Amino acid sequence: MRSGSALLCGIGGICRFFYFLFIYAICSFKFISLCGLAIMKRRDFLAAAAASAIPLACRPKPAFPFPGELVGPDLPLGHWLRGGAFPDPDRFEPVSVLIVGGGVAGLSAGWRLAGAGLEDFQVLELEPEPGGTSRSGRNHVSPFPWAAHYLPVPDRGNHAVLRLLKECGVLEGFDAKGEPVFAEEATARAPEERLFAYGQWWEGLYLRAGASVEDERQYHAFFREVDRWAAFKDAQGRPAFSIPRSRCSDAPEARALDSLSFAVWLDGHGFSSPRLRWLLDYACRDDYGSRLDTTSAWAGIFYFAARKQGPGEDSRPLLTWPEGNGFLIDHLRRSCGDRLRCGVMATSIRPDTDSLLVTAWDATNQRRLGWRAKRVIFAGPQHVARHVVEGLATVRPAMTRIRNAPWLVANLTLRSRPKESGFPLAWDNVLRDSEALGYVVATHQSLRDHGPTVWTWYRPFTGPDCDAERARLRAMDWPACARMVMDDLRPAHPDLEGLVARLDVMRWGHAMVRPAPGLLWDPDFLALSKPHGAIHFAHTELSGLALFEEAQDHGLRAAEEVLAAYGRRERSWR
Amino acid sequence: MANSIPEGPLPTPTLKAPLLFLSVLLIASCGLIYELVAGTLSSYLLGDSVTQFSTVIGVYLSAMGLGSWLSKFLHRGLARRFVDLELAVALVGGFSAPILFMAFAHTHAFRVVLYGVVMAVGTLVGLEIPILMRILKDQVRFKDLVAGVLTLDYIGALFASLLFPLLLMPKLGLVRTSLLFGLLNAAVGLWSTHLLQSQLGPTRMIRLRCAVVMALLAVGLVFAGKFTLAIEEEIFADEIVYAKDSAYQRIVLTRGRGSFQLFLNGNLQFSSADEYRYHEALVHPAFAVRPGAKRVLICGGGDGLAVREVLKHPAVQEVVLVDLDPGMTDMARNQPMVRQLNGAALDDPRVKVINADAMVWLQETPGPPFDLAFVDFPDPNTYALGKLYTSRFYRILQRRLTDDAVVAVQSTSPLMARQSFWCITATMEASGLKVRPYHLAVPSFGVWGFALASKRDFEVPAHVLPGLRHLSDEATAAMFAFPKDMERVPVEVNRLDNQVLVHLYTREWRRWS
Repeated sequence: MRSGSALLCGIGGICRFFYFLFIYAICSFKFISLCGLAIMKRRDFLAAAAASAIPLACRPKPAFPFPGELVGPDLPLGHWLRGGAFPDPDRFEPVSVLIVGGGVAGLSAGWRLAGAGLEDFQVLELEPEPGGTSRSGRNHVSPFPWAAHYLPVPDRGNHAVLRLLKECGVLEGFDAKGEPVFAEEATARAPEERLFAYGQWWEGLYLRAGASVEDERQYHAFFREVDRWAAFKDAQGRPAFSIPRSRCSDAPEARALDSLSFAVWLDGHGFSSPRLRWLLDYACRDDYGSRLDTTSAWAGIFYFAARKQGPGEDSRPLLTWPEGNGFLIDHLRRSCGDRLRCGVMATSIRPDTDSLLVTAWDATNQRRLGWRAKRVIFAGPQHVARHVVEGLATVRPAMTRIRNAPWLVANLTLRSRPKESGFPLAWDNVLRDSEALGYVVATHQSLRDHGPTVWTWYRPFTGPDCDAERARLRAMDWPACARMVMDDLRPAHPDLEGLVARLDVMRWGHAMVRPAPGLLWDPDFLALSKPHGAIHFAHTELSGLALFEEAQDHGLRAAEEVLAAYGRRERSWR
Repeated sequence: MANSIPEGPLPTPTLKAPLLFLSVLLIASCGLIYELVAGTLSSYLLGDSVTQFSTVIGVYLSAMGLGSWLSKFLHRGLARRFVDLELAVALVGGFSAPILFMAFAHTHAFRVVLYGVVMAVGTLVGLEIPILMRILKDQVRFKDLVAGVLTLDYIGALFASLLFPLLLMPKLGLVRTSLLFGLLNAAVGLWSTHLLQSQLGPTRMIRLRCAVVMALLAVGLVFAGKFTLAIEEEIFADEIVYAKDSAYQRIVLTRGRGSFQLFLNGNLQFSSADEYRYHEALVHPAFAVRPGAKRVLICGGGDGLAVREVLKHPAVQEVVLVDLDPGMTDMARNQPMVRQLNGAALDDPRVKVINADAMVWLQETPGPPFDLAFVDFPDPNTYALGKLYTSRFYRILQRRLTDDAVVAVQSTSPLMARQSFWCITATMEASGLKVRPYHLAVPSFGVWGFALASKRDFEVPAHVLPGLRHLSDEATAAMFAFPKDMERVPVEVNRLDNQVLVHLYTREWRRWS
């Protein structure tokens, strides 16, 4: 009886199983395709909320499993200047023009002089490599930038940049409408930018996902305002905003913007959208090393309006290279040839009868050098000029108003790329909830989409007191820097640490001039570009804006001042 | 309240019998969900859904039988055992989907893990009902007990079987569903500590255990997003005979109805039933325009099928195949089915295989120019692929070609992705090439398009190699005529800095999926 009923149960079980299976087999095809479709739709919604919720409880460990070092600028050598009292060299070599500083301004001045056939000049650069904040590096994986890494394509009125790009082979010609055509390999490759927010990567820098109607309205209203300024022309036909700024109108209504901070201007126009303000604050940090409340409204609008192709049109495309603006530096330095002397620091410039005596320290060979120059182009920053040129600070007090933001730039060499989902790796990758600016992928432009790469990570120190921020940066050793980088990137790339082959850090004490409200149109500040006797000045900070085009413009201006002093009637390259 | 009370006959009010019946409903739902998860997942990953569901259900039910039989060996502390059991089911069942996905991706013993997990969950679930019935046996009359428990057991199964396809799979997916129901199972455990309090004794430790299990599952839910991609890639109708995650993509071969198919990241690359149409059309028209070609370049095409067609031309002296993925070219050499289909073409002494990104390789590696080039990349659905369809790519390619060289480019479907197709043509023209697009029907793909191009003007080919399976002279001529629904449309040029093609392509194909 017992075994009999057990058998019945067994048969019942088998039958039930087959009914089940039969029904399933009929439904299966439909079911599988249903699930498939459902999964495809789901892709858009899910995965967002997940990763951001994980607390960063695991604090950094004391050491990192990868090597790296702090590289230039040579802080002790630079600061040695302040000590003063350098004995004179044995002799002073005669030279027509001495250019102090081998950054963009100095090299551009050399480029201009050489272009005019004035061959008797020397360029002194303190660092072992020229380029200043356009310097680049290179390792077995890729060349990479150490700071400035792109150039918006110039409009057709920017003759100097067009000339340079033509020489470099980047400007291929002009189209039927007379607009310049640039080599495809130099225009920033899509996808250009992405933003990490809510635990996920999104396309572009402005976070559209979750934006309210009011956010969108303000976004468009802001860019209408930018368009209005992009369309502005003064009585002489000059635009309010153009690059370089020497082409900008000095009409009072445009200049009035400089009296306000960007934050105050935004408040006054009712731009309160947190997303919009994040975007604009990011722009200030990225281009000026300052914040909405420490940036002049003129500079804030300049950032957008000067890059417009025209009112209502898109921003100009960007030109970039794996080594960043180091590509342009390579060309400029070739034009200077062996007249460029690296590792040489000018220690003093003083007038002597009809010329200038320049003393310098050759750090490579540990010896004193001297030149007797007819003219000097000082293409270094003003805070160096005041130590090198005796008595300069007393006759030009405005130079002390220039404030430079310090920056930390790290290059991470990766064995391979982190696994991630969402919008794919772009050229510029920005984390919304970060004090840093994100990272640029060096191999993006060289088309390498797989395997090892180099990421350049940027962090401006944007606190109101530049000196305090500089002291903070100077106190950071390599582990502290590496920790700052890795902590910043961990939310987006939790598996990054295991992929880093090395991490090198550049601490820029004076990376970028800050366009503080009231600086840019101050007559005393603008007068800093004027020569001091036979000393001409060229540096991007004389524009109050740290841009390649500004540095180049000052370099050309100073060189053309020198050429004019030599009585050469040259057509301007500017 | 927390006094230790020995097991035995108890007055009715000490247990909350109706509420315990409710837990039957929940645990029955959970049990069925685990079974459905395992069945669905094995069908996705292994193909042949009837076999998979049949074996999973069979193993699961028999394991439940095993569990029921084992229940008689449990004697004391049944309430405590029940809570522990819930937690064990919650852990094994809840993590079953992630465990199975990981096993599939990282081990060669997926079936062992699959049936092991099904067996474990089945056994544990099989223990649940007998133990719960024994806990309740002194509170409820036997006929009411059996009727109540089994009714709710089957109703729970109904709930689960409706919820699973209609709500859970579409909204949550396999991984989240299994974790969520694990969490529910653990919650039943926690709730039971309250319902069975009179039989449990001190409950602090046991509640702590519940909390830990729930926390584990909750963390799993947070990380579940990582698995979603894996799931998306695994929707195949046929049996999987080869699957490999290379450094670049997931390579899957499936077999069904007398043919086999290659998928890369879930996208069909060829079906052995009609690939000859595709590869004959890719290769032979170019040879017809440039007969006697000696040096041939193939970009992409790691399956070796284009090489097979190229080697039919006796004048060919050297074939350079540049494919990114060594996983792909190794499979083309070593997987018996693929090797047979490509006629071991990659081992031909004339063929040189280079594993590199074709665009980077063309740009950076010098070498003598090619007479013919075949560009056979996957469709441009990512930026990394989209760059291989830019004017820059075609310019770089031209630098590596002789002046009378001919290029043939696979350029997606002119019917399903009309703008994308003409975008590729326009882009090639913008790079300075003279282009003659053509198309044919490849049943497993649909209407498929190519672009034939050269630096110089050329005529549409009139004579192709005799003895092909599909192409004849007449069929070749016919390929170059475009009917009205595939006629040229004006489109932007695909450049590195705009990558318009990726946007066009994804928008156009979305309509068909």
